[in-house]
Amino acid sequence: MSAGDNKQVSPQAETLLHTPFHGEHLRLGARMVPFAGWDMPVQYTGVIEEHNAVRNAAGMFDVSHMGRFEVHGPDAARFLRYVCTWDIARLAPGEGHYAAACREDGGILDDVYVFCLTPVRYLIVVNASNAPKMQQWMTRHISSFDATLVDRHHSTAMIAVQGPDALAVLGSVLGAGFVRSLKPRRCGETTWQGQAVFASRTGYTGEDGLELVTDGKHGPALWSALLDAGVTPCGLGARDTLRLEAALLLYGNDMDEDTNPFEVGLDWVVTLDDGADFLGREALSRITERGIDRQLVCLKALERGVMRHGHPIHSDGGDVGVVTSGTFSPTLGVSIGMGFVTPALSATGTRLEVDVRGKPLAVEIVPRPFYKRPKKV
Amino acid sequence: MASPPELRYTKEHEWVRVEGDVGTIGITDYAQDQLGDIVFVDVPPPNSPIIYMQKFGEIESVKAVSELFSPVSGEVIERNEGLEDSPQWVNDDPYGDGWMLKVRLSNPGETDTLLSADEYEAFLGENE
Repeated sequence: MSAGDNKQVSPQAETLLHTPFHGEHLRLGARMVPFAGWDMPVQYTGVIEEHNAVRNAAGMFDVSHMGRFEVHGPDAARFLRYVCTWDIARLAPGEGHYAAACREDGGILDDVYVFCLTPVRYLIVVNASNAPKMQQWMTRHISSFDATLVDRHHSTAMIAVQGPDALAVLGSVLGAGFVRSLKPRRCGETTWQGQAVFASRTGYTGEDGLELVTDGKHGPALWSALLDAGVTPCGLGARDTLRLEAALLLYGNDMDEDTNPFEVGLDWVVTLDDGADFLGREALSRITERGIDRQLVCLKALERGVMRHGHPIHSDGGDVGVVTSGTFSPTLGVSIGMGFVTPALSATGTRLEVDVRGKPLAVEIVPRPFYKRPKKV
Repeated sequence: MASPPELRYTKEHEWVRVEGDVGTIGITDYAQDQLGDIVFVDVPPPNSPIIYMQKFGEIESVKAVSELFSPVSGEVIERNEGLEDSPQWVNDDPYGDGWMLKVRLSNPGETDTLLSADEYEAFLGENE
């Protein structure tokens, strides 16, 4: 047996960063892998078991590797509007929104989440893989604003708690009143054991839940409290299957600097009608007039076999696109994926073939997302 | 899980159980543990030839795909059809219900080149 086209790259002798939960992961017997320069748990007991814990109960992820920066000052909102495609100025304190950060040519530098803590204090969460790049880029652009960038990446810990039981469990730990006060995409701050905890009603799994940020030294105590409350620790393996079932994008897989927001269905995070100047505005306006050459779609396998990142997509024997993310869906029991196809072939119901190492895999374009959580009665 | 002493092993983590001129092939407990949740086993149907140390199929876990290498040469007599609906048997019982192929051996002497259970365990120890 030997690893095929999806094998992990093992960086020889590279010094990997540790999150504040590294000791917890080792204590729990997690299998660790290098991810974006961090030594991260890929699984504790098994991807499917952890996946199902999040779909049916509550799971938690160490997401401390994601970059966290605060923007302070009178121009905080104006600066964030300048570096994000969505109109950040619309956020009131206690609100958050997803956005893209683009180059002048409209290529996506990163996808980010921005929270307004106060009118002069914002939090921006960026991808782990892009954190150094985004820090440099924001530092370069902030100089013309009356605002400062505060790096909170290495001083804080971040945990995502997700699943149908997540809010109830979090209520028992953080206080039910505080947790109940957080509506979807809202954020707030509370204290737990004398330490400040930031919480937002956001996530990357398709389930309800919160993402928590607290001081790095304080993080492990909060992690242990959640573990004692019955939350299942989950690794990057389950995080990927969960986000793909929810058709949430992964930077580096589904988009990169050569991708514009419209190609990947992020039209809803591009605000062009507010008249504000932001990086990439001109290019993005031109793209809305000219149209796009490729469209990201959701693909579901019609037979056994697993599509993976990089597999070519064929139609009538011709190359029409490429799979950007692919896996086996524990919930649906078949392979699912996302991929680029030409707009003419992007309609729901279109049958295509994925070239899985020379073998054709019949797939169909299905509506986004693959999984939507049942509405609570 | 200890490696059963009656089997022979490859350094690619496959095993073969020889009974007369029939070999039964699977992957080791170490291999299934490394792969994690197995979701798809793709091995050839009866009458297909397989060749010693050549790729004979693929195994997909949730996370990745791996190639399978045959510990013996011969012709497939039977494949474990149960794995079509229950690939997790490879995780649950790698030396039992998780077997993959039964093969009519064309060169039984090949198995002398494979590792014994003790040698395989020692090999795993060296690589940890």
